[in-house]
Amino acid sequence: MVLALIGNQNSGKTTLFNQLTGSNQHVGNFPGVTVEKKEGRIKNLKDVTVVDLPGIYSLSPYTAEEVVTRDFLLKDRPDGIINIVDATNIERNLYLTLQLIELNFPMVLALNMMDEVSASGGSIDIPKLEEWLGIPVVPISASKNQGVSELVSRITSVAELGTSPKRLDFCSGEVHRAIHAVAHLVDDHAFVQRIPLRFAATKLVEGDIPTINALKLNQNELETLKHITDEMEAIVGMDREAALADMRYSYIEKASAAAVHKSGETKEQRRSLQIDSVLTHKYLSIPIFITIMGTIFWLTFGVIGAFLRRIMNVGISFITGVTDTALTRAGISPIVHSLVIDGVFAGVGSVLSFLPTILVLFFFLSMLEDSGYMARVAFVMDKLLRKIGLSGRSFVPMLIGFGCSVPAVMSARTLASERDRKMTIMLTPFMSCSAKLPIYAMITAAFFTEHEALVMISLYLLGIAVAIIYGLILKSTLFRGNPVPFVMELPAYRLPSAKTITLHMWEKAKDFLRKAFTVIFVATIVIWFLQNFNIRFNPVTNSEDSMLAAVGTFLSPVFAPLGFSDWRASTALLSGLTAKEAVVSTLAVLMNVSNPEGLAPLLTKIFTPLSAFSFLCFTLLYMPCVAAFAAIKREMGSLIEAVSLMVMQTGIAWLVAFIIYQTGKVLI
Amino acid sequence: MTLNELKAGSRAVVTSVGGEGALRRRLLDMGITPKTLVLVRKVAPMGDPIELFLRGYELTVRSDDAAKIEIKPVE
Repeated sequence: MVLALIGNQNSGKTTLFNQLTGSNQHVGNFPGVTVEKKEGRIKNLKDVTVVDLPGIYSLSPYTAEEVVTRDFLLKDRPDGIINIVDATNIERNLYLTLQLIELNFPMVLALNMMDEVSASGGSIDIPKLEEWLGIPVVPISASKNQGVSELVSRITSVAELGTSPKRLDFCSGEVHRAIHAVAHLVDDHAFVQRIPLRFAATKLVEGDIPTINALKLNQNELETLKHITDEMEAIVGMDREAALADMRYSYIEKASAAAVHKSGETKEQRRSLQIDSVLTHKYLSIPIFITIMGTIFWLTFGVIGAFLRRIMNVGISFITGVTDTALTRAGISPIVHSLVIDGVFAGVGSVLSFLPTILVLFFFLSMLEDSGYMARVAFVMDKLLRKIGLSGRSFVPMLIGFGCSVPAVMSARTLASERDRKMTIMLTPFMSCSAKLPIYAMITAAFFTEHEALVMISLYLLGIAVAIIYGLILKSTLFRGNPVPFVMELPAYRLPSAKTITLHMWEKAKDFLRKAFTVIFVATIVIWFLQNFNIRFNPVTNSEDSMLAAVGTFLSPVFAPLGFSDWRASTALLSGLTAKEAVVSTLAVLMNVSNPEGLAPLLTKIFTPLSAFSFLCFTLLYMPCVAAFAAIKREMGSLIEAVSLMVMQTGIAWLVAFIIYQTGKVLI
Repeated sequence: MTLNELKAGSRAVVTSVGGEGALRRRLLDMGITPKTLVLVRKVAPMGDPIELFLRGYELTVRSDDAAKIEIKPVE
């Protein structure tokens, strides 16, 4: 049995899904889009699968999330629908419910957050609401796990018996007449195409293009349809979309007047207003936001992250040490020894080194998201990102990009629209990540001792400037057309549940390990191989003779117009693909210095100050490391798209460094 | 009068929803339909977007989009 879980954003859908399935979940993407698809088996019910569909407000055909949901319902035909509704915000939540009922699937309404309604002295007359809606209604509190088992038994029995909703009619007057006339007109088409008739008729009256196409109406029928809706519009005095929205909301108003007894705002809503008087305050909001993000960065990349990383490194080097001794004692050939220690262990080590950062960062991000603060960040910061065609919601992923592109790209998944997600993922790698700092430090120490800060700041600003220009270009090319409207709910602040946060962290860690392991691991082994063998596949003792150096030498003319044609520079850039810090260590090896500190004075051999700056700019902008690539591939859901992003980004890096070097040469 | 012209703290009734395509549909879906009572809760720190209170919940819209919503102020 397959059940679909559907509801508005912020209705507690994820919490309910976690209660239903526990850690028994599988996360993937809907084919061809970056929309997340979660599936899980209901606890103690092996043969019942729940599919968690994206949080949506309507079955309109405009966003990828809505289209995916419609397609899933119409094509995969679940055995039943669990529609979760926020009882503290019942009017707007029922709007989706009325559209779902028209699909005529067995369906149960899960009336969530009933504890909050009761606590504030309100009540909802369940039998009356069932009567108005024609479907079973189960009051629950997903966060307290109340009513969930009752919900499961109701939906499984309804789905097993195939009980359809008792009521499909929510309209009156002229709209009613139009829907019935259209239903009559298309009933054979709907039958042939297996589209629920009532849903088809309502969508046709609404002017819904995908339904019009799916039903394959002939010219005659299209004209009749137009005639019916034109007449309806004339009599109602509203266009079709407004008329249907009005019809649904009018019905909901009547239903809630009959069944919902509210005593004003709930405690949570009153509290939210008080919190917002500070957090979205005219002058305080931005300093508070900076403080919060600063603290998160400090804790993630400084205190906690660094502590966990140290523990992890101790563990890794212990195991490496033990293996190293064992291999030496066993007299294994130096090549295999090097493969295990410098290839396998280094590869695994570099994958694992991301883990503490990801865990800690997603702990905080999950807190921000689930508490409702993220929506406020979007509200406060929206104006800044609007010019490049994004909304305030993209601000946090981009900010995290200054720490590490991997979690930044992964965090873009919470954005509500596919367009915003993709664009944010494309722009985030231009935010200079913290792994690039050692490179900046090395070069500035060698060439710009008097202007260290200036050079550093200019690099960060250059990254942002390039992202803005790239964003503007994307907006008028790849993402042309209307952006997804920024009409966003500000949910009441709620204390995030430990279970949701833990599951979220676990999911992100698992996701990263599973998807990134192969890519990072293979890449590390390949680079190891290139570093340790020459073109005749013989092991080398001097890294100058390695295949990597050969590739670097082969590529070096490409960088000549940027001012650094030395093969060591291009080889270092190549090795930077495993992790950006590797640029420094590779340069050190190739320049024959034992420690990076001794490197600075030698750099003047291969760089002039101008070409060093051009090298920095290229390093800042060129394709991210393989871990970030793996994350991008995962979130984009397509290898081709991920690879073309890398090519684009490296092209941009080349172009910018070229312009800077050539302009500099003329000026100096 | 349009919704973006309404001062923070004042109420109005929606008379018609303009705009087109995805934006207009989203506004209607979120409950901004004719005859709905709307309160302008506040304006974002940078002067845009605005926060509305309607149908028992808080909603944010950009000023440019609010300009497409015709209203009649309520005392």
